[in-house]
This record gives sequence, C-alpha cells and structure tokens, in this order.
Amino acid sequence: MIILEGRNLTKHFTAARGPRGRFGRRPPVRAVEDVSIALRAGTVSALVGESGCGKSTVARLLAQVYPATSGEVLLRGEPVRAHRGGAFRDYRRQVQLIFQDPFASLNPFHRVRYHLARPLRLHGHARSAEHERELVAELLERVSLTPVEQFMDKLPHELSGGQRQRVAIARALAVRPVALIADEPVSMLDVSIRLGVLRLLEGLARDSGLALLYITHDIASARYFAEDITVMYAGRLIESGPSEELTQAARHPYTRLLLESAPDPDRVTPPGAGRHGEPPSLIHPPGGCRFHPRCPVALPVCSGQAPVRTELGGGHWTHCWDADATVARPGQEAR
Amino acid sequence: MNVLEIRDLSVDYLSGSGTVHAVSGVSLDLRRGEILGLAGESGSGKSTLANAVSRLLRPPAAITSGSVVYHRQDGTAVDVLALGGNELRAFRWKELAVVFQSAMNALNPVSAVGAQIDDVLRAHAPRMSRAERAERSVELLQRVGISADRRRSYPHELSGGMRQRAAIAIALALNPEIIIMDEPTTALDVVVQRDILGEIRALREEYGFAVVFITHDLSLLMEISDRIAIMYAGRVVESGTAKGLHRAPRHPYTMGLLRSFPRLRGPREELLGIPGTPPDLRSPPPGCAFHPRCGLAVDECAVSLPVLTPGGDGEVACLLNDGTGVS
Repeated sequence: MIILEGRNLTKHFTAARGPRGRFGRRPPVRAVEDVSIALRAGTVSALVGESGCGKSTVARLLAQVYPATSGEVLLRGEPVRAHRGGAFRDYRRQVQLIFQDPFASLNPFHRVRYHLARPLRLHGHARSAEHERELVAELLERVSLTPVEQFMDKLPHELSGGQRQRVAIARALAVRPVALIADEPVSMLDVSIRLGVLRLLEGLARDSGLALLYITHDIASARYFAEDITVMYAGRLIESGPSEELTQAARHPYTRLLLESAPDPDRVTPPGAGRHGEPPSLIHPPGGCRFHPRCPVALPVCSGQAPVRTELGGGHWTHCWDADATVARPGQEAR
Repeated sequence: MNVLEIRDLSVDYLSGSGTVHAVSGVSLDLRRGEILGLAGESGSGKSTLANAVSRLLRPPAAITSGSVVYHRQDGTAVDVLALGGNELRAFRWKELAVVFQSAMNALNPVSAVGAQIDDVLRAHAPRMSRAERAERSVELLQRVGISADRRRSYPHELSGGMRQRAAIAIALALNPEIIIMDEPTTALDVVVQRDILGEIRALREEYGFAVVFITHDLSLLMEISDRIAIMYAGRVVESGTAKGLHRAPRHPYTMGLLRSFPRLRGPREELLGIPGTPPDLRSPPPGCAFHPRCGLAVDECAVSLPVLTPGGDGEVACLLNDGTGVS
C-alpha cells in the first residue's frame, strides 16, 4: 500500500544574491525537476545521489517543509497542502523526519526525557504524567536504549553519536507516524555503529509497517537495507528499480559510474584513471539529459531532448536514450 | 628505507575530568614513497597522531613520551620533536606537508588560490622571483587538474573537489618527502573522490613522496594504500599490507570492521558489525581495550594488555594470536 507519494515534484529556489539576468530578475536554482516517488507501508525505499543533486529537497517537499513549485504530495492517496497551522501539525503527526547530524538535532540543554515527552504532549498522546513516563520508557526500549532509567535523564553530550541518533529516532516515533524520512541518518556515525542504526530502522519499517525513505549517498548500504533504489542526478530521477537488480545490472551510465567509483576492496582490476568532471550548476543546467556532458556514451539526441522513461520490466526503469530502443544510434548496425 | 620512524609515542589531553590518553605507545615506520593507511573510528587517536608528527598539537594536548625521527634523503636523521623555531618552520612544508579534511576551512577565504601557493613559495623559497613563483603556481595547479585561469579564483568559487585539489597543490609546492592527508576525501562525493585518489597515486609516482593517509573508511584504504595500520583506543592493534589485511585479518576488530561494510558486488553476505560503542579514553577498559566488544574475548583479555607481535605480513596485538601478554 502506498502511504506517501510525490507526483511530478518540481522546486525552483530564487537566489537571494548573485547577478541579475534580463528584466532584473535573478535566475532560479532548479533544484528538483519532475520527481515522482512513492513510499509503501513496511518498506524501505532508498534515494541515492551525490551532494547537491536535490535529494534533501525532495525530502523536505515530501515533509511539507516548503511548498513545491509544481506537482503534488499525496498522503494515502489524498493530495495535501499543509505548510502551516493545524494542518501542518496534523501532517507532522503522520510524516516525520530524521536528520543527518544528531549533534545538531537535539537541544544540548535538555534531557532525553524532555526530548521524548515534548512530542507526546504536543500531539496529545500522553494522558497523565504517569502515562507519559511509561510512553517515554517504551520509546527508549523500541530504539534499544536500555536500561531505560539510565538513559532517560542523560543530556545529549553524555551520549555517543549512535545513541543520539537513536534518541532522534525515538523522538520521531513518539507521534506514531505512518511515514519516516531519514536524511543521511548514518553518514555522521562511525562505521561500526552504522549497522546497528540501519538495522533498527529496517526493523521499525518491517514490524510497525512504517513507510521509510532512506536518503543516502552510499549506494552499497542502500543495496543492503532498501527494497528499491531510486538514483537522482542534478535534480532529476535517472533510474529506479529493485535494489539487487539496480546494483547488479544498472542501465544508466551515471548509475554505473556511481557503482564503479564506490570503494571496493574486492575489486580485481583498479578502475580506469581519468577525470569524470563534476555535477553541473543547477542555475543553468545542461539542456536535454543533464548528465550528457559527462556521459561516456552520449548520443546526439542527449543534448537536445530530456530522455523519457524507459520501462525495463520488474519495476526497473531509467531515463536514458541509450536504453530506449526507439532512438537511432550511430554505429548500431555494427553491434 | 624508512623516511619517518615513530617510536613509542604517547599523547595525553589534560582535561578537568581526567587525563585522556589519546595516543599510547604507538610505533610506526613510514617507508620512502609508500602510502601508509591509518584507519580507526573517531576518537581512536589517528588525527592526534598525525598532528603530533607534524608538531601541530597545542595545549591541552601534550606529548608525554616517545620519539619521532625523520630521515633525510642524504641519510641525516632529524629529531622532529626537538625542532624549534626556524628549524621547525623549515621542516614543515619543505619536508612534511599536510592536507586537511575540510579544504574550505584550510584555504584562506579572502585570498585567491594562486596567491596562496605564491604565499608558500615566498615564505619558504625567498630567492624565487615573482615570475618564477607565478610560473610554479600555474604548473602546480595544472598538475592537479585545475586550469591556469582558475588561479585568480577564490575558494568559494570552486567546487569541493577543486578546493581539495587546490589544497593538494599547495602541499606539493615545495616537493615534500612526506604528505599527511587527514581524511582528504571524506566531504566529497564518490565520483570526485575516485578522481582525487587517482590523482594522488599519479602524483606519488611522479614525485616519489610518502603519504600517511588517514580515514575511517577501511574499504577505501584497502584500495589506495600499500600498508595499513589499524588504530583502536589510541593504540595500533594491527598492521600489515593492504592485501594481507584484506585476505586474512588477524585482529577481531579488523575482522569486525571488514564485516561492517556493505558490499556492492558478489552475494549479499550478512553484515555482522561490531556491538557496543568505542571506549571512553579517560578510563579505558583494563587489558585489551577492545575486549568488551570482542566476540572472541577470553578471561585473560580483561587482564593482560596484548603487545604487537609479528603475525601475517605485519604485526598484531591480540592475545589469541600469540598467547602471551603483559600484565
């Protein structure tokens, strides 16, 4: 069942500074262009991309932090527009966010108990002080911060990075959401700690039926913890599919570049040296496919026209002219 | 031949709530022209060790014991910890340069990158003429893949990858024998990271400097390094060639780290990870610091401190590997 869905989401930001274009206007930053993504109950979906590709903007659009320039967000099939007031609070009760930096997302002056009790009180889940204490203890247990009594009265600086991130997760769970958006939840944590936090998130999705969006730049971890992976590049979706198929049989040249670049001690031959360039500016993105200036297999059509979605079967699709059989390729006969 | 020898080095941070033994009794050799990887979690002392070697530590950090000896190409030995004033200034950058993690913070935001290379040359090679310095700046930038016309660019006008390349160019300015790279690619994307790693290897081939490469990403280290030393709670627990560590890790911590990485290829092996959290260095556990998290620990591990003994193609500090220890 699809819980949370974004349809054709587009977000353009207006630069506050910088040179003005014609008519005295500053050109917009085209952060997200025509992104559609669906989160299903009890499933972890991953959104993978480099920094600056717009993956966090997608998260914020889904969480209704700011309105989309165009496109819509649907919660259980109903279009929502809840950016302030009671509607926003109501929405926040169902869709929660977890951020990258647990050192910044917890108030250093407040104890763990306060961080967890506040959402319980604000969203009306706690009936009495006694009930509130019970619920806080229950939350701590769900994120494996036991013994509960020991953690309840700690301040954030007394906890390690992994424990803090667990508190942030417990806080998100306090309002009993149906969807959870985790924006790089483990990239600030040590390697030996990451696994535990990811397992916790995976277990929450499986056991509580949460729809979970796992946003990351680490495609290898997405392979292990998500059922499907969607890859983003320069504000656009470029490929999506079941995680095993996407990582083992990627079709888009950018996904392949991403997979090749990931460190891998098992690699037999060192990857080819050479420079692969850098992602484009989102103020003046390249026309057509945004990856074509860096693409090793770019066709003439790539610079002129944005590729349409090509279905590859089994839920695997890509936006690439090279995968589209209807496009004439030079030298095709020779293949 | 060793270009740098660290012997029994200990560094403490003196804090109000007790002394933190950030580095205790570390001995390491850096061979000429090799890439030595230094891996460990945050708080394992790897950056403190690098800062001690480059003499960048400031109070409350203090070197409590040990020695660091640098061997010049002509065979003379230099006691790095005893250098003072002008000698230290001459040693830094001409013999040993550092590339820091965040190039945005390491570069001067109000000075163009070309001018920052010029600064280094003016300070360390006062006999070079202005034209020679300009020529060298352009040459260095081009060598790391930045076109000559970007030398007038300010750091904020460059992308993260370009900034890190500029920081590497500055480190190369005086042809040092040793470059310490402290998480040089951590803030970068994988594709850019891959390009920069390729660049570092190519530059090493060309100039023959030795690299101490610090990162928490062991899989990255295994690809780029010749030898690797793994640190845990301020001590080196295992060292060896990158291939050897990958094929046959001997310390349970190394094994745990290797089993914590999701793999992109091959079958989806189950990830085991490492339970628990790194120890508080104000009061490290007795015996082997890793024993509370170790799945193979025996009673003896809580009592005896294992010493580094030869094993595999390197050294390992684990009671299971030698059966002896010091009480």
